[in-house]
Amino acid sequence: MLRYIATRLAAAVVMAVLASLVIFLISALVPGDPVLAQLGDIAASDPATVLEWRAKWGLDLPLWERYGIFLNGLAHGDLGISIATRRPVLEDIAQYAPATLELATVSFLLAIGVGIPLGIAAAVWRDSWVDSAARIVSLLGVSSPTFWLAFIMLAIFYGWLGWAPGPGRIDPIAFPPEGPTGLFLIDAALAGDWEGWHDAAAHLVLPAVVLAAATIGLITRTTRAAMLDSLGQDYVRVARAKGLRAQVIVLRHALPNALVPVVTLGGLAYANLLAGAVMTETVFSWPGLGRYTFRSAAALDFPAIIGITMVVSATYLLVNLAVDLSYAALDPRVRR
Amino acid sequence: MDMAQPEHVTAASTQPVLEVEDLRTVFLTDDGAVRAVDGVSFTVGPGETLGIVGESGSGKSVTALSLMRLLEEPARIIGGSVRFQGRDVLAMRPDELRGWRGDRAAMVFQDPMTGLNPVLRILRQVTEHMVSHGRQSPATARVRAVELLRRMGIAAPERAAASFPHQFSGGMRQRVMLAIGVANDPVLLIADEPTTALDVTIQAQILDLLRSLNEEFGTAIVLISHDLGVIGTVCRRVAVMYAGEIVEEAATEAVLTDPRHPYAWALVNAVPRLDSPAGARLTSIEGAPPNALDPPPGCRFAPRCPFKIARCDTDHPPLMEVAPGRRARCWVTADGRRLPAPPIPAQAAPRSAAPEERPLLEAEGLVKHFAVGRDGFFGASRIVHAVNGVDLRLRRGEALGIVGESGCGKSTLARLVTRLHEPTAGRIRFEGQDITHASPAEMRPLRPRMGMVFQDPYASLNPRMTVADALAEPLLAHRRAATRAEARERVLKLMATVGLKPEWASRFPHEFSGGQRQRISIARSLALQPDLVVADEPVSALDVNVQAQVLNLMLELRERLGLSYLFIAHDLAVVRAFCDRVAVMYLGRIVEQGPALDIFAQPLHPYTVALTSAVPEAGRERVILGGEPPSTLSLPTGCAFRGRCPVARPACEVPPPLAEIAPGRLVACHFPGSFSRPGHLS
Repeated sequence: MLRYIATRLAAAVVMAVLASLVIFLISALVPGDPVLAQLGDIAASDPATVLEWRAKWGLDLPLWERYGIFLNGLAHGDLGISIATRRPVLEDIAQYAPATLELATVSFLLAIGVGIPLGIAAAVWRDSWVDSAARIVSLLGVSSPTFWLAFIMLAIFYGWLGWAPGPGRIDPIAFPPEGPTGLFLIDAALAGDWEGWHDAAAHLVLPAVVLAAATIGLITRTTRAAMLDSLGQDYVRVARAKGLRAQVIVLRHALPNALVPVVTLGGLAYANLLAGAVMTETVFSWPGLGRYTFRSAAALDFPAIIGITMVVSATYLLVNLAVDLSYAALDPRVRR
Repeated sequence: MDMAQPEHVTAASTQPVLEVEDLRTVFLTDDGAVRAVDGVSFTVGPGETLGIVGESGSGKSVTALSLMRLLEEPARIIGGSVRFQGRDVLAMRPDELRGWRGDRAAMVFQDPMTGLNPVLRILRQVTEHMVSHGRQSPATARVRAVELLRRMGIAAPERAAASFPHQFSGGMRQRVMLAIGVANDPVLLIADEPTTALDVTIQAQILDLLRSLNEEFGTAIVLISHDLGVIGTVCRRVAVMYAGEIVEEAATEAVLTDPRHPYAWALVNAVPRLDSPAGARLTSIEGAPPNALDPPPGCRFAPRCPFKIARCDTDHPPLMEVAPGRRARCWVTADGRRLPAPPIPAQAAPRSAAPEERPLLEAEGLVKHFAVGRDGFFGASRIVHAVNGVDLRLRRGEALGIVGESGCGKSTLARLVTRLHEPTAGRIRFEGQDITHASPAEMRPLRPRMGMVFQDPYASLNPRMTVADALAEPLLAHRRAATRAEARERVLKLMATVGLKPEWASRFPHEFSGGQRQRISIARSLALQPDLVVADEPVSALDVNVQAQVLNLMLELRERLGLSYLFIAHDLAVVRAFCDRVAVMYLGRIVEQGPALDIFAQPLHPYTVALTSAVPEAGRERVILGGEPPSTLSLPTGCAFRGRCPVARPACEVPPPLAEIAPGRLVACHFPGSFSRPGHLS
């Protein structure tokens, strides 16, 4: 098993490097020029300034040499300097990532916490009102555009009812919790700052719900379909013939067999939540990777984009590894 | 709760275990209520064994599920009563039902491959209901589970208990299912087709186990099967079901020798037997069971009955006592008369294929290995040794049968000789032309000359093509018909050849019954007028009566069209009825080959002896072959069969060659004929 994990990790590194190569090639091919984006029309009209700027950022070197420099930096844990922020990319990412990680993780927990039980209930009480309710929830979640849902939620729960706090990770006049992780819920809890924890949690509710909406829908539908399949299997009939209680049949016999497709989807969904929170982060002024990505892309800040790509692909690969390992935990037939 | 002294022995044992009266179960469909079980009554006393036999759709499985109240929507019990030791099962509350199921009454299902939960350890699956019913503590349940597994004949039961189901073969899993069934010493065990998915030698082991459970623990058994032979080996009494009703109930022996209901008569006579006369046609009845939405007013079997009298079409017969201890639902035999023996079928002239210079199909030293993944990332790749050196010759007009248990390589062999697979080694010649490594383009002109019929008529027909299109396809693809109109004409002729009505041409496969679909498959294989038809288990998915129809059709086509058949099957009696010569395969090799009648009359290889004696037929002494075939991943050294062979000796460490020991009879054994079944039928 250890060898399997090591093999998978090695493969993950190779994949990440290949991904960086693709981004590098794209950066050479796209028509946009970071020079123009950074210097502005007036400064960019002076060829000397442009040449100097290009030399400063190493853009005058051939592509393969730039790639070599990048790989060398990568090997030493250095993702380069952002053209837009003039700070090390790694530092930027370290600053923005915790906000996204916190939001995505809470969304993910919400999605599986609602989606799996709802899917199970919909399958067990098939064609009942529970099933219909689950169907409506999934349909709304999957089909509502994120930006629309975000605005509606803000308008209702913040603007109109005043139940939820406004955008941002925390009350603008409060001091953010200090701590080692950058995850406010954890840092506040570690510091015993329950007021701060409560504030951070309250700010998380709306963006987490908005971000989770589509995933809840997908997980509910997938769980329902997998449970219906599982409940129709012969071993469930055998379990009924044994005179076992309904909850044992559903949770012990049917559910573990139904979880494999749900785990597959869950892994993809988590990686997507981490990488795809741009819309939600923008509407909720969430200082996360999504917004950073958006800004970097608009600025044609290739070092930052490549850095983000590396982080995102590493995340995908790690999540996929976790998914594969949980297959083995769920299904003995996968184990060797 | 000692296993040797089950509590029910001391319980009041005069009361019947099960009294079923006028049980009615329907399936609620959009078209109305389908009467799946329509007024079934029977009684099972303590320790009694009752078989329920019938073809698919007769209502036997629905009856079993109704008894346990395991039906699911849209099935519903709408009438009658089920009493278990006097308790009304149909009136039980959900919690009472739960407490009774798996405790006093247990059920074992057909498919052991899907009946065990793949993600739970065997131990848990055997113990959980002992604990949940309060019969055992978790600790004692574990001990008992291991003891039960041992009793069911599982080697190394401790290790087995800690394993997961996928680590076991089908036979082993069915033993586990039986252990689960009897874990709480039930008074009644209902077994629904428990051996249908198993090979014949494994089936013999499981049936033996069922019988001993009944004898040792006094567990009453209701055994449901489509096979009267299977029921005959376990059950004293049998109820024959047709169209939701019991049409005959009597001692099994009596039904087998002297059936009093024409349907039971047809069932008994449709099955080929290992001792039936050579070359005989099977007795089959035409037609299909009635529509269960709207059964005929008179006897439900009347439309198909060869003996019917005027009254049968108008009056629905009750189940009447026709002889002491036997009941039948028939006006013809109501006065106690017997049904006549089936007409002695026209015996086909003994076929003697002239020894030709050039056989149609010839294979030498055929080997096929499949690589199946690796042991870990750097491990050696594992190899399935499917076929390990097979020689065969098929003459023109001859039918060669290949028999053996699952995994013996018979289907792979069929795919090799038709070059659906490419052999790893060896030679294949078709009419003298070497096709061992022929490319698909080189095979293309030969394809029309080789027809194939597969086991599953459901899976091998495209559900979106009408029959006419499915049959016209090969004609058009191989330019045997220039126009669609010409193809259609040929299709109609083909359909007539296999006994399908021309007006069915525009129907889709799902509109046909299993037997009709297999006729379509046969028609398709004949479309291009092949010389060779390779049939891989063509009748094993069919009910016995339909099987008889299809076999008769294939026999007739063979005589009319001069076809050569390579006929692959696990059912020995079917092969014997159909083939001139038979090759018995074990672990990818032919262990015995010779004329069909001789091989089954006097088998020489110990494996053939065991195989033929395992066939569940009344009056047949069984040799229960222990163990299971070894894995094809690593072949045993020496004789492949020696691990299970009752007469293995040290000499068997040297692999025996397939030697001709009498004209036409080849055996791969150092001691041919040294082992014969005990009560050998002469």
